Amino acid sequence: MRRLLFLLPVLIVAALVAALWRGLDPSRDPSALPSALIGKPAPAFDLPALADGAPRVDLAAFKGKLVAVNFFASWCLPCRAEHTYLKQLSAELGVPFVGIAWKDKPAAARSYLADLGDPYAATAMDENGRTGIDFGITGVPETFLVDADGIVRYRLAAPVTNDALKDEVSAAIAEAKQ
Amino acid sequence: MRRALALLAALWLGLAPALAQEAQLADPKLEQRARDLSREIRCVVCQSQSVADSDADIAREVRGIIREQIAAGRSDQDIRDYLVARYGDFVLFDPPFKASTYVLWIGPFALLVAAGIGVALYFRRRAQEPARPRDLTADEQSRVERLLHGNADGGEA
Amino acid sequence: MIPELGHYALVLALVMALAQASLPMIGAARGIRPWMQLAKPAALAQFGFVALSFLALMYSFASSDFSVAIVTEHSHSQQPLIYKLSGTWGNHEGSLLLWVLILTIFGGLVALFGGNLPPRLKARTLSVQAMISVGFLLFMLLTSNPFARLHPAPLEGNELNPLLQDPGLAMHPPMLYLGYVGFSIVFSFAVAALIDGKVDAAWARWVRPWCLLSWTCLTGGIALGSWWAYNELGWGGWWFWDPVENASFMPWLIGTALLHSALVVEKRDALKSWTILLSILTFGFSLLGTFLVRSGIITSVHAFAEDPTRGVFILALLAIAIGVPLTLYAVRAPTLRGGGLFAPLSREGALVMNNLLLATMTATVLLGTLYPLLLELTTGKTVSVGMPFYAATFVPLALPLLLVMAVGPFMGWKRGDVKGALQRLVAAGVAAFGAAVIALWIKFDGPILAPLGLFAGIWLLVGTAIEFMERIHLFEGKAGRILTRLRHSPRAAYGMSLAHVGLAIAVIGMTGAAAWKTENIKVLQPGQSLSLQGYDFRLDSVGGVRGENYLADRAHFTVSRGGAFVADLYPERRQYLVQPMPTTEAAIRSTPFADLYAVIGDPVTTGGGKGGWTVRVYHEPLVSWIWFGALIMVMGGLTSLSDRRYRVGAPMSARGRAGAVQIAKA
Repeated sequence: MRRLLFLLPVLIVAALVAALWRGLDPSRDPSALPSALIGKPAPAFDLPALADGAPRVDLAAFKGKLVAVNFFASWCLPCRAEHTYLKQLSAELGVPFVGIAWKDKPAAARSYLADLGDPYAATAMDENGRTGIDFGITGVPETFLVDADGIVRYRLAAPVTNDALKDEVSAAIAEAKQ
Repeated sequence: MRRALALLAALWLGLAPALAQEAQLADPKLEQRARDLSREIRCVVCQSQSVADSDADIAREVRGIIREQIAAGRSDQDIRDYLVARYGDFVLFDPPFKASTYVLWIGPFALLVAAGIGVALYFRRRAQEPARPRDLTADEQSRVERLLHGNADGGEA
Repeated sequence: MIPELGHYALVLALVMALAQASLPMIGAARGIRPWMQLAKPAALAQFGFVALSFLALMYSFASSDFSVAIVTEHSHSQQPLIYKLSGTWGNHEGSLLLWVLILTIFGGLVALFGGNLPPRLKARTLSVQAMISVGFLLFMLLTSNPFARLHPAPLEGNELNPLLQDPGLAMHPPMLYLGYVGFSIVFSFAVAALIDGKVDAAWARWVRPWCLLSWTCLTGGIALGSWWAYNELGWGGWWFWDPVENASFMPWLIGTALLHSALVVEKRDALKSWTILLSILTFGFSLLGTFLVRSGIITSVHAFAEDPTRGVFILALLAIAIGVPLTLYAVRAPTLRGGGLFAPLSREGALVMNNLLLATMTATVLLGTLYPLLLELTTGKTVSVGMPFYAATFVPLALPLLLVMAVGPFMGWKRGDVKGALQRLVAAGVAAFGAAVIALWIKFDGPILAPLGLFAGIWLLVGTAIEFMERIHLFEGKAGRILTRLRHSPRAAYGMSLAHVGLAIAVIGMTGAAAWKTENIKVLQPGQSLSLQGYDFRLDSVGGVRGENYLADRAHFTVSRGGAFVADLYPERRQYLVQPMPTTEAAIRSTPFADLYAVIGDPVTTGGGKGGWTVRVYHEPLVSWIWFGALIMVMGGLTSLSDRRYRVGAPMSARGRAGAVQIAKA
């Protein structure tokens, strides 16, 4: 019994080393923060459209189909980098993208889309940024997948700029479609 | 890449104190509450910084929300709940007491109790143990050797 | 050429370390004296080669040799010389070389001054120390070569991170590492003793000076680090419970426990297996800290390199360096029988209490530091552990420790008189109670921490003073007599009093700064002012200044109180020329009562088109006591170290021998 007590330190250290070993997994990003919204209903929003005269953008209108919500801003450089992929992705996967210009000026966002092309099925203005906060974004760009029942299934807190991420998003879409 | 950017952002912006101009609450009491609360809320893109100390966009945004909600008469707990619903427990520097943190919160006190019991047992065992002659110290050893070799000069000190 | 020499010296150091790790160990096992004696020259040669290598790297930095990769990454030709030199350890590879240098310094010191050690113990200790060297030299040569070259060499470097360009931070790593890595030699002594199967009072006496030296440096290193954070980060804070700060704090906590438990081994020949365990764990925590900082497993403002392969290497080192000795411990420790008896209420009992609390405090910090990581790895959930957690768990453990600290020195060895001790502490109790009442009177609805912390700090301060005065019988006899007694009381006793007083002062400072800190932020135009705690900060002007390698906006504040001039403050906002990172230089006016701390931020344009500056000012009561207290603790450590009883290698004086006999008889 007493001898077992002396074994305790080495056992604790072994357990700790094993845990830390798992933490070194190169695929783990220590600064990543998983979304608190996965599996929960997406926050409802009803925002003014970016284009003049277009109807307001209401997430409830998309109920019944899978939709991707993409937060972007004209002042954000990584957004420009992912922009080309969005069009491709939306076309390839047949998922409509709802764009939300986060903390942006309408004029700036409009000319941004005019310059780079408009991949979105609908584009909304979130000038005071509160809808972004409701989604728990940490910056732009961020992309959320909301399924037919209005449940958030996936969040990508990075620009879709390489094929690996694209595959990840496609896989998540395929899964959410089932 | 994103991580590198976040790091850079944290280094460039995060460490510089949050001195950007911000609307403050008119009532100094409420403003104080807002500052105290923002010190408890963790900035989600920084490293170990509160939103009070960070200059990151999102931190500024959260400070604005805190002020807004305090002005609207919400309680500190309401605001915490609001942020936790959106960002998870991660945003609280004061971890909530719940299933996933029982070990964290109870651990230190459980350890203290366990260690205290260990010490009590040590004293009990030692008290029951018959006094045992212990090994000689190096000094005593050398004294013994000198005595054994007939050198009387190492006598009783 | 010079970098190649440095690289080559590292390889030679590895060869020496391999010889030192193997031959003396075998020699000690088989009784081959010449092999055992090889440890000394090998240790000295190893130190020499590593020092040569370190100088080569330093030379590369000083001469801005941009063909060396890390010089390019972390230095610049226009950088002030002091920051070129400190750039040597301002990066992963160079600081690792510093790590190994200190490892070999301690090995070399034991080789030189360990003349009175039993040859077997000395050979084994140096051999274990060399094994650690082998691990780290291999790590450096295989994954982190500081002398890696660039072809072609760039014309200019990237500059040292501007945040690190601060005098406090230039000295912080060497101090910290002296402490951190210094505990390696205590570890080596412990492992050698486990192999020997013998731990006794003599062992404790040999280990004590090394333990003291490491503790002293670690105390100084941590204090410098927090002083840097206070000056450079510009939020008026000095401790953030950041994972990397905790990584340096844990070895300090457990090292402090070790310092005290070794006393019981020395006096009573008891707590032997516990002390051995602490010796192993203290260095284990140093290694854990190294791992946390360098593996990128945890994000922190202070983290170095983010390279999982390096992480794997250090984790493997940690697993071997701690796992093997702890396995040996599991086998051998049960055979270490406790020696002399002592009552629970005695000096030894108080030291056990100290160990109980310090060990629990260490475990608490460990839990708080690793919990977010462990939770994420097991459940995928995230959580943050910050100041409020430690205020609720660590502080309640620290307060009783401070209370016991004042009582302990009054207790007799073996069997103490608690009632008598408390009677002699009446004055301390009254003073502490008075301080707590004043704290409540100053701010009744403030944090409960304030009166409690002040109570504990004053209790310890006055209690230690009473004990010291009683020891030298201050109020009895003539002045000459008192002087004689002062001279003859052992330095170690002075050291203890100083260290305890230093901690008391630091605790008072921490309490004041944590409980009563106030701040004010405002956008000011020159001529306008803001007020805080009755002080009026007037922004007189903001002008551009040019430093050696930066441009800065420097503000001039005139601080007054009730119309009377108090101070001029000149905070700066610096923009370094190479790395586009703004840094703040706070302007601080320090007095024993409170610091006035001013920071200037970005220029802003207000509605009327008139420019203004965001200004943040802090009033931090008692904050300077923290570092003053730490300085006294360091002085306490040094005083104790100068005690001839512990002077390594010095022949024991007649008085020392008499003392030893008395100890043996007690």
